[in-house]
Amino acid sequence: MINLASRDIFDSLGKFVFTGMGLGLLIGVTLSMAGIYRGMVDDAKVLIQNGGADLWVVQQDTLGPYAEPSSVRDDLYRSIAGIPGVAEVGNVTYLTMQISHRGKDTRVMLVGFEPGQPGEPGYLIAGRPITRSHYEAVADVKSGLRVGERIRVRRHEYTVVGLTRRMVSSNGDPMLFIPLKDAQETQFLKDNEALLNERDRTAANPAFNRPGVPGLLEAVQASQSTSHFVNAILVRLSPGADENWVAEEIRRWKHLQAYTKSQMEEILVAKLIATASKQILMFLIILAIVSAAIVAFIIYTMTMNKIREIAVLKLIGAKNRTIAAMIMQQALSLGLIGFLVGKMAATLWAPVFPKYVLLLTEDAVRGLFIVLVICVIASTVAIRAALRIDPATAIGG
Amino acid sequence: MSETGIRIEGLRKRYGEGDTAVDALKHVDMYVNPGEVVGLIGPSGSGKTTLLKCLGAVIEPTAGKMDLGGTTIFDTVWKIPDLRELRRDSIGFVFQSPYLIPFLDVTDNVALLPMLAGVPNARARARALELLTALDVAHRAKARISELSGGEQQRVSIARALANHPPVILADEPTAPLDSERALTVIRILNEMAVQYKTAIIVVTHDEKIIPTFKRIYHIRDGKTYEEAGEGRDV
Ligand SMILES: Nc1ncnc2c1ncn2[C@@H]1O[C@H](COP(=O)(O)OP(=O)(O)OP(=O)(O)O)[C@@H](O)[C@H]1O
Ligand SMILES: [Mg+2]
Repeated sequence: MINLASRDIFDSLGKFVFTGMGLGLLIGVTLSMAGIYRGMVDDAKVLIQNGGADLWVVQQDTLGPYAEPSSVRDDLYRSIAGIPGVAEVGNVTYLTMQISHRGKDTRVMLVGFEPGQPGEPGYLIAGRPITRSHYEAVADVKSGLRVGERIRVRRHEYTVVGLTRRMVSSNGDPMLFIPLKDAQETQFLKDNEALLNERDRTAANPAFNRPGVPGLLEAVQASQSTSHFVNAILVRLSPGADENWVAEEIRRWKHLQAYTKSQMEEILVAKLIATASKQILMFLIILAIVSAAIVAFIIYTMTMNKIREIAVLKLIGAKNRTIAAMIMQQALSLGLIGFLVGKMAATLWAPVFPKYVLLLTEDAVRGLFIVLVICVIASTVAIRAALRIDPATAIGG
Repeated sequence: MSETGIRIEGLRKRYGEGDTAVDALKHVDMYVNPGEVVGLIGPSGSGKTTLLKCLGAVIEPTAGKMDLGGTTIFDTVWKIPDLRELRRDSIGFVFQSPYLIPFLDVTDNVALLPMLAGVPNARARARALELLTALDVAHRAKARISELSGGEQQRVSIARALANHPPVILADEPTAPLDSERALTVIRILNEMAVQYKTAIIVVTHDEKIIPTFKRIYHIRDGKTYEEAGEGRDV
């Protein structure tokens, strides 16, 4: 027996492939959508992984530092370092801001860290780590910055000395790492204007500017111009330490919140990007329905264009099974072409997206499966119509 | 290939029910012997197509009896469980317009019938080629249907009707779209095939050019058949 479906397809191959390509672009959008979601989750995981921390210590009753603002005093790390099982402790600050760079505004996440402590940038793809205690920066390559470039952040100029990769905030903003002290100043201090203002006010306040107490005014002004807050304290545990026990210790005795790696992932994936992923899921569902409707429509039209041939096939004794198989095989071929085109399109245009798009093989396999299921379901409409065709119509009047 | 051809007794067909019912066939008696080509002639609306549809097992008669190739296929009710199998193996159809499958080439349009009956592809194609040769269209064996002339298409559809060597061929106005020379050629071919394959053939026609070629003619008027001797002119 010859394969009727493939004969029909090859007879009008151009039309068929063209239709498949149209469907393919739609499938490509769907796969990209899934890739965007995967990229978001992966960004979050990499963000947590690359910090090199086992515990995140943040302000009590907050989901900080990424999902909610958190602020803790920067001297608390000393007492945390004393807890058994704690190997290293690092203060970090996070601040999302705009920086001007080559005449263009770029959104970055400014990260203040202590070199050598948890929170420092991981693997560098270019340049060197920060060695000076001030005004050097390591930037994520996505910021567009290059080693040796100078950028202005608030009051100071920084030299980019190194580049990282895949270090972006949960919003997709590239990270810019600078020394903790600089970051604290940037984050918690006012600009020059405000600073001068504040100094004048302090000087004008008789309580701080007493003629009988020399040095008081200077001390007060100094305390006002330094900050003692950070957003989180990152903890690295010694091998074999029980993270849950240490986290519980910190929560109980220090009046701070402590999250383990998996809890942090949970916060990022389940809470912070939850709305975004629901949005994407909604989009995926709509795209699936639209694709199904389009496949059904195409297959139905293709079948209805063959009413006469199908009537003749029935008249000369072709079984329903043969006719149904022909229609279903065409639907599956269309889905297969569409999937291949879609997979290629998604792979081609993924790097162009501003945020990371992660195309997983398992998503592709799942996508293929769903496409084929949709094709089978969509073809049942056409098959039912075909089986209703009366062979007598082939004889005519 | 049976010796009995077609036998019809007291066939009736009523379309619809009640006030709108149409008695398309009131009483049809008819026989066609193997190797014989019989004409079926009648005015428009007289029931010719209805009769072919009943014989072709695509609509169910209301009453009567039909034998095809020695088997009773209908006697008040269908006597055959699978009508499609009956059509595939025992009945060849030739229509006014050839109704070939456009996405198959000439050979496979003919070979499709034996293939549907389970004959292996190579043997089905060999049989198709043999028929195409007999019908003088073998040189177009690999052509697409859309590349054939009307007369060639009609010959291919006759080849298809013969492909499973059915005991019966039903032809509904097979010469209508053809000029007189080609129309006579088709009739000549049907006569030759009837003899060669011992097939009983009914040809429904309005076509004045071919009526004199039949040896026997059935007139159908108002749902009833009347038998008449034809001129039986040679073609
Ligand atoms: N499906 C149907 N339902 C109801 N009435 C029908 C149906 N098919 C045919 N008829 C009626 O049955 C009668 C016979 O129709 P039929 O098609 O057999 O005529 P015919 O001899 O083939 O005519 P023509 O030469 O015009 O093709 C006509 O009156 C027609 O209107
Ligand atoms: Mg008719």
